[in-house]
Amino acid sequence: MADPPDSKQGKTTPNGGPAPLDKPDPAGYFEGESMNRRTAFTVAGQALGGVAGLAVALPAIGFAMAPLFEEEGDNWEAVGPVANFTEDTYKPVTLTIVEDIGEAGKTTAYVRKSTGDDEIDGEDGFVAISTRCAHLGCPVRYVESAANFICPCHGGVYDFDGKVIGGPPVRPLDRFQTRVSEDGGQVEVGPRFSVTSQLDPVRTRDPGEFTGGIWEYLYPPRPSTPPAP
Amino acid sequence: MPKLPVPGPLKRPSKPGRNGADGYKDGNGDGSGRDQALHVAKETGADVAGWVDERTGATGFLTGMLFRKVPKGTNWFYTLGSATLFAFVVQALTGVFLAMYYTPSPTEAYESVTHLTNDVFLGEFVRGMHKWGASVMIILIFLHMGRTFFFGAYKYPRELNWVIGVVLLILTLVMGLTGYLLPFDQRSFWATVVANNITATGPVVGPYLADFLRAGPEIGATTIQRFYAVHMLLVPGLMVALIGAHLYLVVKLGTTAPPWVKAERPKSLRKTEVG
Repeated sequence: MADPPDSKQGKTTPNGGPAPLDKPDPAGYFEGESMNRRTAFTVAGQALGGVAGLAVALPAIGFAMAPLFEEEGDNWEAVGPVANFTEDTYKPVTLTIVEDIGEAGKTTAYVRKSTGDDEIDGEDGFVAISTRCAHLGCPVRYVESAANFICPCHGGVYDFDGKVIGGPPVRPLDRFQTRVSEDGGQVEVGPRFSVTSQLDPVRTRDPGEFTGGIWEYLYPPRPSTPPAP
Repeated sequence: MPKLPVPGPLKRPSKPGRNGADGYKDGNGDGSGRDQALHVAKETGADVAGWVDERTGATGFLTGMLFRKVPKGTNWFYTLGSATLFAFVVQALTGVFLAMYYTPSPTEAYESVTHLTNDVFLGEFVRGMHKWGASVMIILIFLHMGRTFFFGAYKYPRELNWVIGVVLLILTLVMGLTGYLLPFDQRSFWATVVANNITATGPVVGPYLADFLRAGPEIGATTIQRFYAVHMLLVPGLMVALIGAHLYLVVKLGTTAPPWVKAERPKSLRKTEVG
């Protein structure tokens, strides 16, 4: 403990005045202490507050983020008998992509029989093109007289294979996996996947995101998406 | 009769010379005591205010805020901030009443909105105020921002208030975005699809941000509930806090004179000019 100041009294400076006192230890410190009681309590209190804050914040953030990591179901939906679909035109079919929310969970796909020229076409010989415009997600419409897909929002135009031939879209239209049901009667449509400008399949991306090359890293796919076929 | 537990300061202190000087009679023979009762009634408001003031010091604060000095040249443009605040209050109030009828569910939202618009008494009016008030608020904010900019009122020492104002502007736009989905008609739905996908176009973080907004890969039941919670709880709370800070700084720093008002030279300086 610091010497009490009065023990220094009696000493004098050469000119007779009282000697200057030794600098006392800071108030509240015992000898050799690096931290006094007040500082210790302040640090402990703030640490406790921090722990309490995190205990509230982390579960809340996790709660808000949880839906991002939910696995997407491997849903296959029958869309009609095989004989319904031809090679030279698309037929619109309705798919349910989100369950239990009524009309808002449905989307339209255009299905045709594959001509067999493109590797990307489903093994069982059917093509299902998503109507979600690759610009910002508006629904495109197939115009039979032009054999084009046209988006009403910002004028994106796609050719018969879904490749961009005009407007702002950054990549071809997405597709859905297709197969023929086990009894051979129905065409079934499965998970969505995106394609590059060369029609190589990649994991599904949101509209507006480029695909292929370095863009695969700049626009990382959602962790829960199924791999491309 | 037992004494009522009236707090001390609420009891009127007995004044000296009641019967004479301050001019009312105190039951001296006319038997009614009516004058005294009237006098007490008149003073009650002041007494209650005094009781509150003694415990809060509100008078000093309110006097400083409401009777603060404003510079010469203050004009109608200076009311745009208050107008914006009024628009916010209107949105908050009408929003509370809309929430009484609204169901944030993808299957019921549209029906609940048509119900409150068509069937509920004055529902169309309240919804109209909320809908058009949203646009009015954004217009007023930009006018207020323009006034601040063109009058140079963002300069030292008011830069922080400008920053707070910009955050409030962004939060108001977030309100516009999240509120737009809630009627859940075709326009709402596709506008939100587009807004989400614009978010997704940001490199690296964009896809995750869009997923966070949508709560998943597609717009679904959670999306609308999420937008609703952000629209009526999270952002309004932040806005109230920031509006408080904004007003505090306005009162503390004062307002600026318009740029066309020249600073007046103090008289002492004018004298020296002669020589």
